[in-house]
Amino acid sequence: MQKLMLLGDEAIAQGAIDAGMSGIYAYPGTPSTEITEFIIHSKEAQIRHIRSGWSANEKTAMESALGMSYAGKRAMVCMKHVGLNVAADAFVNSAITGANGGLIIVSADDPSMHSSQNEQDSRFYGKFAMIPILEPSNQQEAYDMVFYGFDLSEKLGLPVLMRITTRLAHSRSGVQRLASREQNGVKLPKNPRQFILLPANARRQYKSLLQKQDAMEEAGLNSGFNSYFDGPDKSMGIITSGIGYNYLMENYPDRIVPFPIVKIGQYPLPHSMISQIYNDCNELLILEEGAPVIEEMLKGFLNLGKKVKGRLDNTIPRDGELNPNIVAVALGKVDTRGKEIPSVVVNRPPSLCKGCPHIYSYNALNQALDTWSKGRVFSDIGCYTLGALDPFDAINTCVDMGASITMAKGAADAGLLPAVAVIGDSTFTHSGITGLIDCVNDHSSITIMILDNATTAMTGGQTSAAFGKIEDICKGVGVHEDHIIVLNPSPKNHEENMAILKKELEYKGVSVIIPRRECIQTAMRTLKESKKQKVGEPVN
Amino acid sequence: MKRDIILAGVGGQGILSIAATIGMAALGSGLHLKQAEVHGMSQRGGDVSSNLRIADHEIASDLIPFGQADLIISVEPMESLRYLPLLSDSGWLITNTKPYINISNYPSMDALMKEIDSFEKHIALNADDIAKDLGTARSANMVILGAATPFLEIPHDKIADAIRQIFTRKGAEVVKLNIDAFEAGYQFAISHMN
Ligand SMILES: Cc1ncc(C[n+]2csc(CCOP(=O)(O)OP(=O)(O)O)c2C)c(N)n1
Ligand code: SF4
Repeated sequence: MQKLMLLGDEAIAQGAIDAGMSGIYAYPGTPSTEITEFIIHSKEAQIRHIRSGWSANEKTAMESALGMSYAGKRAMVCMKHVGLNVAADAFVNSAITGANGGLIIVSADDPSMHSSQNEQDSRFYGKFAMIPILEPSNQQEAYDMVFYGFDLSEKLGLPVLMRITTRLAHSRSGVQRLASREQNGVKLPKNPRQFILLPANARRQYKSLLQKQDAMEEAGLNSGFNSYFDGPDKSMGIITSGIGYNYLMENYPDRIVPFPIVKIGQYPLPHSMISQIYNDCNELLILEEGAPVIEEMLKGFLNLGKKVKGRLDNTIPRDGELNPNIVAVALGKVDTRGKEIPSVVVNRPPSLCKGCPHIYSYNALNQALDTWSKGRVFSDIGCYTLGALDPFDAINTCVDMGASITMAKGAADAGLLPAVAVIGDSTFTHSGITGLIDCVNDHSSITIMILDNATTAMTGGQTSAAFGKIEDICKGVGVHEDHIIVLNPSPKNHEENMAILKKELEYKGVSVIIPRRECIQTAMRTLKESKKQKVGEPVN
Repeated sequence: MKRDIILAGVGGQGILSIAATIGMAALGSGLHLKQAEVHGMSQRGGDVSSNLRIADHEIASDLIPFGQADLIISVEPMESLRYLPLLSDSGWLITNTKPYINISNYPSMDALMKEIDSFEKHIALNADDIAKDLGTARSANMVILGAATPFLEIPHDKIADAIRQIFTRKGAEVVKLNIDAFEAGYQFAISHMN
């Protein structure tokens, strides 16, 4: 079979289809989104009746995947790194219940924060939950590891975390497919109490998790994903994981590295290989993408013993992603760099699209708030976060999904009145509803704008779980009907919208304003697709 | 042989179509390929770039090291200069001169062209005008691809084949217009290389 040119994300998706997965659950988030999108659009996945689609948030996705695993089938759940915070309760407890059908959690980290609010390292979560972690170094390994991951999960009866980073997720390379295999049938867990985490059962399950730790490490010695490559020059040994390995090899054009190397693709760390390289070499250099996870484990608190170089001693910068040059410097090689950027080049930040409905929501809000002091708009994560930039300068916070409503509530409780929350439709169903219930129960004085552009725009226009339901949800949780108001955010309605907002800002209670108009990008895409269908062209 | 290419432009300008065409031609020539794309935040009118690596041997890193790129191919003049730290001393700069102005402090064209012209190894052409003259205003990217082709170390005909393959679905007329645009860019580069 000819190799396929796949993004790392797509390689994982193709691997899951071929490895007999029955369902994928996810909430979009860069750089993980393309895994699920690939399966949603895959003909093969449709033929195989693979369940795919977007969940309301990462926690609901994680739990649904766990349910499919309970029923004996292979399931995958995908998210960006901060999504794992949202799914953490389910994730950590799934290590205690264990899996039945193979279960893989894919978490895509974003070191250097290309499109994220932090650069947390998902390996900490895997270690915390004490489950196996797979960390591919290239697209082929990403594909192969899905097969292996499902097998490992079923063999150990544990969920498996697959950790990738931006540069693998969004880089394309050739992938050779394996023979595809059947899905599992429905088959309940042998032990009917496995998934009941009552303390008595949970204690038993936890002991069993602890007992599996040796088998987990053993598996990593035999899988081929952890390797020891000897080298003649023992003045230094190199331990590298994931795509760090590629940057190392990039620095040796003939691909011959003089130093011994331990290449890590699977955790827990292989003690025997690490002790060997530690004993054989005078010092160690650790090259890992993300946080100094391996480095901290080796160094320990007191840093006794041989020198370990990495991010903690600034051999590698403490933050940001790796690249071949950073690794070159750490290896003592000459750094290369072209000409500096000429001073005529200015920044070109991303901005709201021309005609974007959010523009008119912010124009109205800014003017409605004119008479009050600045600093009272609590926003959230989505395209509308760009309202923080010029020319809007319209929002004061963006922390985590859903935090707009609840932070506005806290500020209102503190006496900052009026307090405004600005949240997108998808973010509202992701994590805004529970906060709204708090506001209603507490009769908080806040004005909540739910910007309904009928899609999850920031991540490329996925369906929004809120579609067609926002008013009913608000009514259902107890917002008074008179204070659920739908607007059309357009220039011609500016005065009217502004007046309505002003009035609601004065209201002492929970008020929900819903500016509603479709995202320009998804509207154009729908138009294009319907035109194509008319002339009988394939839609992709 | 290796060709490390930085593709540059503004979100929405479709630099990935150039990457896809070169990629297809590279695979058709039995070469190895890695291509790091940009997704997410940077797409809404912000600057975007892609690392495209082609070689006749296995490629290690998805990212091109600073100072080692062989080519910058840019569909926008200011963006062509943003990636100079990546370009090697012997590298070429291929750029569109048609500015994409979506910021208020966009520099003057004179200042930009002065920087671009100060480069010994560069090809600068108004791909939008050339495409428009050919009656295919939307094919500016194919003009740029044509202008970059003499530097790719992939035969001209292989690139042309890849264009045909990519556009066949849209009919013979669209294929011809895109090939015309590609040839115009190619001829421009050939006659301005020295
Ligand atoms: C926990 C978490 N999951 C996912 C993301 C990625 N993400 C950022 S914004 C966004 C969607 C926002 O959609 P919506 O609220 O409808 O706003 P829009 O972009 O459509 O304006 C997503 C999925 C994130 N930042 N955090
Ligand atoms: S993608 Fe849609 S929501 Fe986002 S800025 Fe553009 S028009 Fe607005």
